[in-house]
Amino acid sequence: MKTSLDRHSGGSLLMQSTRTKRRNAAETRFKLYGIAAIAVSLLMLMVLLTTIVSKGLGAYQQTFITLQVELLEKKLDKKGNRNLTDIKKVSTFGYAPLIKASITETVEELGIVTGLKAKQMAGILSKGAAAQLRDYVIANPGRIGDTVQFRFLATSRVDGYLKGRVSRSSIENDKSIAPEHLDLVDSLIEAGLIEKTFNIDFIIGADASDQRPEAAGMGVSILGSLSMVLVVLALALPIGVGASIYLEEFAPKNWVTDVIEVNISNLAAVPSIVFGILGLAVFINYMHLPMSAPLVGGLVLTLMTLPTIIISTRAALSAVPPSIRDAALGVGASPMQTVFHHVLPLAAPGILTGTIIGLAQALGETAPLLLIGMVGFVASNAPDSIASGLLSPNSAMPAQIYEWAKRADPAFYERAWGGIILLLLFLVSMNLVAVILRRRFERRW
Amino acid sequence: MPTFWLIACLFLMSAAGFILGRYRAVLSTGGEVRKLHSLPSYYGYNVALSTLLPALAALALWSILQPLVIDARVSGMISTDMNSENTSAELMMSDVQRVSEGLNIAVARNEMTNEEIRVMDADTVDLRSRLADLGIALGSEVRPEILTAARQHQDMTHAGRLMMTIVVVLLAIVGFARSYGLTDKDFRARNVVERCVFALLALAASLAILTTVGIVFSMLFETISFFGLHSWKDFFLGTTWAPNFRGDSELSILPLLWGTIYISLIALLVAVPIGLYAAIYLSEYASSSTRSFAKPLLEILAGIPTIVYGLFALLTVGPMLVRIFGRGSEGLLGLTWMTGATSVLTAGLVMGIMLIPFVSSLSDDIINAVPQSMRDASLGLGATKSETVRQVVIPAALPGIVGAVLLAASRAIGETMIVVMGAGAIAKFSTNPLEAMTTITTRIVSQLTGDTDFASPETLVAFALGLSLFVLTLGLNILALAIVRTYREQYD
Repeated sequence: MKTSLDRHSGGSLLMQSTRTKRRNAAETRFKLYGIAAIAVSLLMLMVLLTTIVSKGLGAYQQTFITLQVELLEKKLDKKGNRNLTDIKKVSTFGYAPLIKASITETVEELGIVTGLKAKQMAGILSKGAAAQLRDYVIANPGRIGDTVQFRFLATSRVDGYLKGRVSRSSIENDKSIAPEHLDLVDSLIEAGLIEKTFNIDFIIGADASDQRPEAAGMGVSILGSLSMVLVVLALALPIGVGASIYLEEFAPKNWVTDVIEVNISNLAAVPSIVFGILGLAVFINYMHLPMSAPLVGGLVLTLMTLPTIIISTRAALSAVPPSIRDAALGVGASPMQTVFHHVLPLAAPGILTGTIIGLAQALGETAPLLLIGMVGFVASNAPDSIASGLLSPNSAMPAQIYEWAKRADPAFYERAWGGIILLLLFLVSMNLVAVILRRRFERRW
Repeated sequence: MPTFWLIACLFLMSAAGFILGRYRAVLSTGGEVRKLHSLPSYYGYNVALSTLLPALAALALWSILQPLVIDARVSGMISTDMNSENTSAELMMSDVQRVSEGLNIAVARNEMTNEEIRVMDADTVDLRSRLADLGIALGSEVRPEILTAARQHQDMTHAGRLMMTIVVVLLAIVGFARSYGLTDKDFRARNVVERCVFALLALAASLAILTTVGIVFSMLFETISFFGLHSWKDFFLGTTWAPNFRGDSELSILPLLWGTIYISLIALLVAVPIGLYAAIYLSEYASSSTRSFAKPLLEILAGIPTIVYGLFALLTVGPMLVRIFGRGSEGLLGLTWMTGATSVLTAGLVMGIMLIPFVSSLSDDIINAVPQSMRDASLGLGATKSETVRQVVIPAALPGIVGAVLLAASRAIGETMIVVMGAGAIAKFSTNPLEAMTTITTRIVSQLTGDTDFASPETLVAFALGLSLFVLTLGLNILALAIVRTYREQYD
């Protein structure tokens, strides 16, 4: 049997003993675990970001089909008097034949051979094409009778074909598109009538119905998110700063103050969905504020972000050295004047940084919004005033993304990823502002 | 919105008060500002605040109390009118409210006029379908007595609104007149204003308490009415979650709790080792340049909204897992263990990624708080760095690390978007991580979205679930704090 001395012997300064070797190996292993942990986390970050970018960038490009449409007078304005009320009586069904005629003519002109009928050929256009035509005619009744060039959205299937999402093998069981359609698309691409270009409507447009993923946009939900953030800013900043000033500068040391402080730190850890339940019960069921309104969303997010803002504001206030307060009090300022005239301005950069980070958190939050109904199809266009922006039903960016992710058509997934790019751009720019503020104005005492 | 304009009006009045008050104070000394007790602007603030604050307080109080009073009166009317019928007063009350709200919306959209409503007869007009056209769904046909009650409800609301506007404006005028009258060179305006600001600050601070009280009470009341409709034994001790609208739902929290805990466990199994090793490496081994490069990158993971992780789970991780563990001969391993993209593993893995920065930054702070002298002593005795970390630093930081893990667990239990999108909707007791399971938060979302009826146990159960979730996360947080406080060693 070996003694303890034996186990330690056998090594020298020049040669490691087995035990030293083992210990050194353990050391290397341990270090490798650490490196692996960091590597795994960073890898995950990379995978996440590349997934978002690679899947989402497609949403910023859209396939358009250029067609010459003859706006036949006998179809659109039978009386020929250009009376708007008469023109408006023609529904989108009345415009569909014009599109069919136009596409048939184009195909014949180009000499494309296809087994599709005119109605089937029009299937490569978005279902909103007739409505687009109608809107144009109502806006320009004078053009009736002319032949006008239009850029129509292609359906999401054709768009997917150009983006590589849809192929001839993937549409075998798809009723809305056939391989002949893709042949036609190929010929039209050769003729230069189908092209993929930047799609501003994704950024400024409204959501579209289940049938038209190609027309869905983030614009209205961006407005919804911005109005919520405004509500949060208007409420959370004054309340948060007021609460922090009280707790940091004036609060007496007693049990009430203790209760408030414990409360705030606990609220910071309450799951966000609980704030949604609170909003539903208090603001909607009890106070009867309108469902799905950004005002309610803003109120809920205010309650949710207040603890974050209070914690960072208190840190900023306590970083201001006592000598500043002593000097102000020494020259005769009242405690209130000391705080508002001297401490608060010096703490302002820190407070702003914390507020911006709180706002970014509010902007990305989804769960409470689901409960107060800020999810779902909002067909309306951009709100026309501040009051209606706050009170009329709207969505928010994360809720809109969630809504798209739930829909059946995979074309919406691309838009969900694209929406995430927009959301992250907003968050990154807010955080950048916070970092710049901190760099420029932060003072070390 | 009249309330909006009322508030705007109050602010305008208070701005005018500021200018007038300041002017009058300066005037009272004949233009010699030095003779004033306080700076001139304090006199302005005094008038502005006494115009604004009582009026705003009255407005807030009135808007909170008015629905209470009106509901109480209308429901008193209903219950005396028709106790013969076998419906609960609460159900009737919610009907009355919906009809009343529907009528308001109809008027606001110019679909009906007030006169039309006044003479409307519930037996002849199909109010239900007319309101349904406006997007207001009613549970049943509108009976005459409900329409009468709804009309009453509406009338009282209108009258209350009008009275509120009058009272608020009057209060503003009285406040203005009183403080304007008091404005004089000897009036201690600064003291008054400062006391007022102090009260406002204290009020802002107590909003935190108000929020907590609001959370607890809003859920408590609904939970109590839920337990009135559904047995608490089934909720806490039952084994099945099967809501349906025939009225014999089995609503037990246990299968949901199991799903929640299982997913959180997987998330912690991912996040704790990776987060902890990352924190140890960053604080003990990494050079300062590596640290300044890796730490912000890790924090980016923490700043990504959960909806992004949810989408990642649903569209990337889920399908990837299916390709590995499912699809039979087409899959990577030729297995058929997994059919759908949503599963416990999907949600757990993604939630784990989300929690890595949370665990690592908390542990990093705690490890850094262990004094250097302890490391030096251990290294001086000949221990290697890893032995020092394992046998000295970690034991010293253990309470803090346990606290951090508990905080991460509380985060995982309360997380919503990842499980809503990644975990599935089937409530069951299963230990197979490749199956879809559901959690407390997922059920809260599904019971409270869409058309909800606040008199049915299927909707109210969400509040009981919410309260359980609140208690659970709060308990974990308090436990974490208690562990840190009790076992923390003071080294300095």
